[in-house]
Amino acid sequence: MSKIVDGLLYSESHEWVKVDGNVAIVGISDYAQSELGDITYVDMPEPDDEFKAGDDFGAVESVKTSGEIIAPVSGKVVACNTELAEHPELINEDAYSAWIVKIEMSDRSELDSLLNASAYAKLLG
Amino acid sequence: MKYYDKLIFELSRPGRTGFSLPAAEGGMPVGGKLWRGSAPELPEVSEPDVVRHYTNLSQMNFGVDTGFYPLGSCTMKYNPKLNEEIAAMPGFTGQHPLQPKESTEGSRAVFEELDKALAAITGMKRFTFRPCAGAHGELTGLMLMKEYHLGRGDLARTKVIVPDSAHGTNPASAACCGYEIVVVKSKADGLVDVEDLKPLLGPDIAGIMMTNPNTLGLFEKDIKEIAELVHGCGGLLYYDGANMNPLLGVARPGDMGFDILHLNLHKTFSTPHGGGGPGSGPVGVSERVLPYLDIPHVSGFHGNFTVMLRALAYILMLGRENIRMAGRLATLNANYVKESLKDCYRLPIPSVCKHEFVFDGLLEPNGTTTLDVAKRLLDYGFHAPTIYFPLLFHQAIMIEPTETESPETLDAFIEVMRKIAEEARTDPGLLHSAPRTAPVGRPDETRAARQPILKYEA
Repeated sequence: MSKIVDGLLYSESHEWVKVDGNVAIVGISDYAQSELGDITYVDMPEPDDEFKAGDDFGAVESVKTSGEIIAPVSGKVVACNTELAEHPELINEDAYSAWIVKIEMSDRSELDSLLNASAYAKLLG
Repeated sequence: MKYYDKLIFELSRPGRTGFSLPAAEGGMPVGGKLWRGSAPELPEVSEPDVVRHYTNLSQMNFGVDTGFYPLGSCTMKYNPKLNEEIAAMPGFTGQHPLQPKESTEGSRAVFEELDKALAAITGMKRFTFRPCAGAHGELTGLMLMKEYHLGRGDLARTKVIVPDSAHGTNPASAACCGYEIVVVKSKADGLVDVEDLKPLLGPDIAGIMMTNPNTLGLFEKDIKEIAELVHGCGGLLYYDGANMNPLLGVARPGDMGFDILHLNLHKTFSTPHGGGGPGSGPVGVSERVLPYLDIPHVSGFHGNFTVMLRALAYILMLGRENIRMAGRLATLNANYVKESLKDCYRLPIPSVCKHEFVFDGLLEPNGTTTLDVAKRLLDYGFHAPTIYFPLLFHQAIMIEPTETESPETLDAFIEVMRKIAEEARTDPGLLHSAPRTAPVGRPDETRAARQPILKYEA
């Protein structure tokens, strides 16, 4: 059974979002990491890159496959977790502390279309 | 399987050699710009050392000459030895690409004959033979697509549509040409969703890339409508020839409306491949793209010529009537295996398949995975099918038996696959600990990817 953390928001493409003021901290869910298997590489955007919600802005590669990371909200990248470049396995160890990017949101109302923990649990079934 | 794990460098002894050369006439040059500072670090071995080393290594290999190789999407059919005889003829092997044109009539006749044969098989107008593999052909094809639009002054087409079931090379080729990728979804029956496609079409679409039958082994029945829609918005249709085998002599991509395609001669036309080559990915075009095709009539550089020779030998050996049987038998074999195993393995799409099909893991996995099934197959002497592709199914097992297998081989494979399903139920440890008979058990793929060791160090 995959871990789901209360208080975070989730996308249907298995990213999680933690809201910190006007900044969205984004990672991939525990379900996503377990489906991918051992992660070998995280392809991240650069700070100042801008994305619209729904754009793919990076990828998580594992031994088995590769999955795109979809921007859950629109905005500008203000930070990337550079530690993942050397230690992609951190996502496997704890998907909810291994954040991938921080996005300065341009439209906070987009958060309304994300799922809360119980709705995400229902999605996973 | 005999275990042998030496590197040729381990056999090296200072001063040992397998040849002797006469002294250079006029003495060796000394110094100069291209003179290397130290001798190359090559292994020093005798002729028997070399022969035994590579013979031992070859005995650890598994190929279509050793056994059944149902690697989905790879068309591992038997490669007739007559192909090899033709390709080894000294009149072909002794040629140099820069020798005078009048002395290469025979080789140019090979190109012309193969061009005509492939055009007849696919319904395309002309081929270029320069691309050396399928992905190379795709890139060439997408560059042709781009040239076609730009040549007409149409600068607005920036997107290429790719189905969610596509081979990964499709979006990669389009992205390499600077296109943005738009994904069209498949329906529950595994075919491209025409209703999902319609709103994606417009003046910004350069074209669509399709594999037909697709990676689930299913024929895209709506291809005529898709072709009309894509052409209607000014786009082109690209055909990924990876799955051409079942269509041989039965249906032609050109008649379906495709404008550009590549063929994998090494797959469909029976030349040895695997382990990286050598491949050949000729690209064919329809009338409307023909003006953009660069056909070198004089240049000696045409890609992998001996692969083309083998392909031509194969086509001529079968002839028009028998080549029809290749595709049909490939389809029959795939359906026979599918129907014989669907009570043990989950079959997500039950319709009649073409040359290959996809299971989504065991019906009763009991804690085992598709990887475990694949590893256990090695213990029984079969090459594993393609696993974890296509990505539509999480436990995908993709099986392509090809037309060259006898009913006895297929039955033996079916029996083993059923036995593995039974083992998963009763003794899953057998699957978890497989393979036991292979010289290497389960390599640490994670560590290999995270900390690759890319060169030999003594």
